Amino acid sequence: MAELLRIATAGSVDDGKSTLIGRLLWDAKSIFEDQWEAIERSSVQRGDDYTNLALLTDGLRAEREQGITIDVAYRYFATPRRTFILADTPGHLQYTRNMVTGASTADVAIVLVDARHGIVEQSRRHAFLASLLRVQHIVLAVNKIDLVQFSEDVFRRLELEFRALTARLDVPDVTAIPVSALHGDNVVTRSDRTPWYGGPALLEHLETLDVVADRNLDDARFPVQYVIRPMSAAHPDYRGYAGQVASGVLRPGDDVEVLPSGRRTTIAGIDTFDGPVDAAYPPMSVTIRLADDVDVSRGDLVVAAGSRPTVSQDLVATVCWMSDEPLRPGTRLAVKHTTRTAKAVVKEIGERLDVTTFETGAAAELHLNEIAQVTLRTALPLCYDDYRRNRATGAFILIDEATGATVAAGMVGSSIVRALAGA
Amino acid sequence: MTTVLEPARATDAAAYHLSHLHLLESEAIHIMREVAAEFERPALLFSGGKDSIVMLRIAQKAFWPARIPFPLMHVDTGHNFPEVIDYRDRRVAELQARLVVASVQESIDTGRVREQTGPRASRNQLQTITLLDGIEANRFDAVFGGARRDEEKARAKERVFSFRDEFGQWDPKNQRPELWNLYNGKHRQGEHIRVFPLSNWTELDIWQYIARERVEIPSIYYAHRREVFARDGMLLAVSPYVTVLDGEEPFEATVRYRTVGDASCTGAVVSDAATVEDVIAEVAATRITERGATRADDKVSEAAMEDRKREGYF
Ligand SMILES: Nc1nc2c(ncn2[C@@H]2O[C@H](COP(=O)(O)OP(=O)(O)O)[C@@H](O)[C@H]2O)c(=O)[nH]1
Repeated sequence: MAELLRIATAGSVDDGKSTLIGRLLWDAKSIFEDQWEAIERSSVQRGDDYTNLALLTDGLRAEREQGITIDVAYRYFATPRRTFILADTPGHLQYTRNMVTGASTADVAIVLVDARHGIVEQSRRHAFLASLLRVQHIVLAVNKIDLVQFSEDVFRRLELEFRALTARLDVPDVTAIPVSALHGDNVVTRSDRTPWYGGPALLEHLETLDVVADRNLDDARFPVQYVIRPMSAAHPDYRGYAGQVASGVLRPGDDVEVLPSGRRTTIAGIDTFDGPVDAAYPPMSVTIRLADDVDVSRGDLVVAAGSRPTVSQDLVATVCWMSDEPLRPGTRLAVKHTTRTAKAVVKEIGERLDVTTFETGAAAELHLNEIAQVTLRTALPLCYDDYRRNRATGAFILIDEATGATVAAGMVGSSIVRALAGA
Repeated sequence: MTTVLEPARATDAAAYHLSHLHLLESEAIHIMREVAAEFERPALLFSGGKDSIVMLRIAQKAFWPARIPFPLMHVDTGHNFPEVIDYRDRRVAELQARLVVASVQESIDTGRVREQTGPRASRNQLQTITLLDGIEANRFDAVFGGARRDEEKARAKERVFSFRDEFGQWDPKNQRPELWNLYNGKHRQGEHIRVFPLSNWTELDIWQYIARERVEIPSIYYAHRREVFARDGMLLAVSPYVTVLDGEEPFEATVRYRTVGDASCTGAVVSDAATVEDVIAEVAATRITERGATRADDKVSEAAMEDRKREGYF
């Protein structure tokens, strides 16, 4: 059966993102006739002189009325080879917050540019945020190639400029594709109007992109989510630890360590409703049984013996701030990291990064949509890895306990801020 | 210069493969376990419809070999298909689950809501009050719903953990960002979270999963003979809950249902699909959304769903 690919798209207003998504969905037969008729009707009402595919993605009334996209929208389509989840992130309002959200789960990011305008400020931000969130594959879609007479020169120039940028950002895989979203060139099928382009059409590229190797299969990490104890006649003594494998491979018989206590034991068995399994790997949801009666509860991390993450109450991370209230040293928050939630206090705000110029500088506080290196002290020890090595055990969110709002996305480590600062 | 850590690549990565249904299932199990661990009084909305059937199946898997650690709640409009109620009761007994029924009839009898009148009266709107009353009476703090983002445009923007204020309302412009698989269930007393573990599933995924799992579903999802009449481009069943108007000619046809809702406003589609495989083939070839085809309640305006959701609808 087909596997799943998660995509995040980003582009500035009017680059043609809605048109591109509409075309992908339409050609993958994921737009239905009644949806099409509804947007045709609305387009006529609004006085648009073409069927406005953006209406398809603008789901909220305020969005349709104001003709803008406010929030991340998720789209679904499938081809015989793969199924796709597309996080469509608006390019202007709240772009950092939305893009970070969309990219947090993405395997691949599509950065759309208008061939006439080239790599603009927004494109640089999008590429940066995708790399910050450790999206390993970026596609540069050079759109409206028809409006530059299908010029190879224009395309190559933009490709070169973009590659220089992403090399600095340490993105492992970059593909550039010349497209016309409006006319369909190189979207679903290769175009004969770009004979100089030897690569795949966009959909073809998405269908064949190899992402299985992107997962960390080396460091076994299993955050305990929930303890299963049926206490029933059929299973009087059953005690299983339920969770989703974060990284690595776990097998019955493996020596493991339970953190933060550091107690050692072995895996007695790995259960699922459909029967026991002999290997559990990300992102499988399973239940593991341990050989010894050690004390394990929600928030603990089971790891392969000899493959310890950092266990500490001190944490240095790159934080993207998402609240109107600024973050200051001394601010108290809750941190949710894997399955553990703990109180935390901000010790220090370090270098702040300008996501447009990539320049860094000292900051006293952090404002909405800003990114900086932040030092936290937590009330409980967290078991974490560097985000760049492990997306699952390197990520956390910050919650304002008074309002309940999610106020920040955090990534353990500060390598990207420092890399850019040193570059 | 800093050293950037590169995860060493396991050479046999391809061996650790999961199908897309397995991935969706694993994500849904993770979501359910988060809720069971972090909330005091969750409940699962169970209507006997296919999405809630899949959700229930996933709950069964998530906590096995223990029983599902929360009750099921059915918001009963009283306008039911008997096949569905029969199915509901059998499934509840099988799983030894606890069922809470929130009854729209009771809301009418106690004056909480007023029954609509006229031939197009439907209890669909009234359900919202009954649902919110049921949540409050049982002090549920998390409620699982089977909604999917592919169903409708307003739903495409809904979070997996969707915060509701003390009036049960959804504020689409003020949603919490949702990152990675880190869900924020923070709420105060009286507020609750709607949780949608099937957010990322499509109608086709639901059917493929039903086929893969061989779960039984109510017979009305498969082709059967039924007396129907045409209204607003849909086929409605002749039943005690709808008044057939002048000029609406009932006739017998081979139909099936794509969604199961209130019998007074859920339409059937002409179909010969008698098995789950037939249904999958039909869904894969269909060019009309399930809500567009069969739900009169969504045809009122382009923002119909958004408006109902704001008020606290499923
Ligand atoms: N000529 C041409 N026009 C395009 C292309 N893609 C989009 N457009 C037009 O550019 C405008 C903005 O497109 P839209 O998809 O709404 O942009 P968005 O704001 O990025 O979603 C519309 O008038 C489109 O018809 C393209 O490839 N070629």
